[in-house]
Amino acid sequence: MAKLKAVHYINQFFAQIGGEEKADYPAELRVGEVVGPGLAFKQAFGDELEIVATIVCGDSYFNENLDKAKADILAMVKEQAPDVFIAGPAFNAGRYGVACGTICDCVQQELGIPAVTGMYIENPGADMFKAEVLTVATKNSAAGMKDAVAKMAPLALKLAKKEEIGVSSQEGYMPNGIRKNFFEDERGSKRAVNMLLAKLAGKPYTTEYPMPDFDRVDPVPAIKDLAHATIALVTSGGIVPKGNPDHIESSSASRYGEYDIDGVDDLTEETYETAHGGYDPVYANEDADRVLPVDVLRDMEKEGKIGKLYHNFYTTTGNGTAVASAKAFAEEFSKKLVADKVDAVILTST
Amino acid sequence: MVKEIERAGIPVVHVCTVTPISMTVGANRIVPAIAIPYPLGNPSLDKVEEKELRRGIVEKALEALTTEVDGQTIFE
Repeated sequence: MAKLKAVHYINQFFAQIGGEEKADYPAELRVGEVVGPGLAFKQAFGDELEIVATIVCGDSYFNENLDKAKADILAMVKEQAPDVFIAGPAFNAGRYGVACGTICDCVQQELGIPAVTGMYIENPGADMFKAEVLTVATKNSAAGMKDAVAKMAPLALKLAKKEEIGVSSQEGYMPNGIRKNFFEDERGSKRAVNMLLAKLAGKPYTTEYPMPDFDRVDPVPAIKDLAHATIALVTSGGIVPKGNPDHIESSSASRYGEYDIDGVDDLTEETYETAHGGYDPVYANEDADRVLPVDVLRDMEKEGKIGKLYHNFYTTTGNGTAVASAKAFAEEFSKKLVADKVDAVILTST
Repeated sequence: MVKEIERAGIPVVHVCTVTPISMTVGANRIVPAIAIPYPLGNPSLDKVEEKELRRGIVEKALEALTTEVDGQTIFE
């Protein structure tokens, strides 16, 4: 059987052409050459897979001449007709990572040739392409070359041989959202207790259900003059005018509502209700002030305790709603709050 | 939503019952509420008492908004 073929993509730095000053180096095909990190791959592939060509391209050139670079590189890869395409590893070099992800995605889609790359988890190319392209998690500098090649080479071989790729935790690529079913040796209760014991003993353990990463925002300074402050109400408790005029979904909301409460002193059973499908709605439907305290804030406005209650409130159902959606809703209405000089927000959740 | 409001530069207080969720999400000013279906109420009280209860929570929320915080703070 003929040896399987690979084409390797690297940037100007790893081709030892130069650093930043050579980043505008146009795409170049070197047939029969194994360059830089390619030597480590060559060693790992042994007799099974051969790097038949190396493509070198400057990072700035690729990203600034995206269409031309993509077209040129695709033509080069097509000409070589490899069994697998390898890019990088790019470690934490942002433009290089984006280039690796972009070209791997392109090669897979346009030429139907499987591809693998590698980069540091925080490389912007990782977030952009890890769902589409097998992307090995590497260290953040070229000091991690050995580890990176040790994970990328077996994947490249499997892809070239059209073998099945295992789960991300074993193969070392970044989770791409594709679930693999398999039988565990031990049942769930035992695994859970073992994890708990390890945690209590301060020993390392690996969760089977990692929590999403939540970013943090520093607190904004407090308001100084409450008696003249404009306060806005926001809720994830789904309070809406009776009849839910904008049809906000009872769960996994795709939208939020903006409702004028000018002249409204009290939310009543006849005028407001909740659209939220994740809690018993009886109490909120009876008296929506239990979720959105308009009545109390109106009293305080009259007493001069606060300057005024902002004339709109913003609402959605927090039930199963994607973090990305909630973020987008609040980004949008916060602009209005800022434009209207709202001093502070009370956000209520159920 | 709390974080995006704060990111926009507006101080925000999160009134919620399950404060650990609020901590995880990243609210900086947190005021505990009564119960999930009625965070600012209690149907077992009469209307006057219930409104007083709600007023107390809102006053606590306003106190949080007028208090400088260093990091995530629960105003009990």
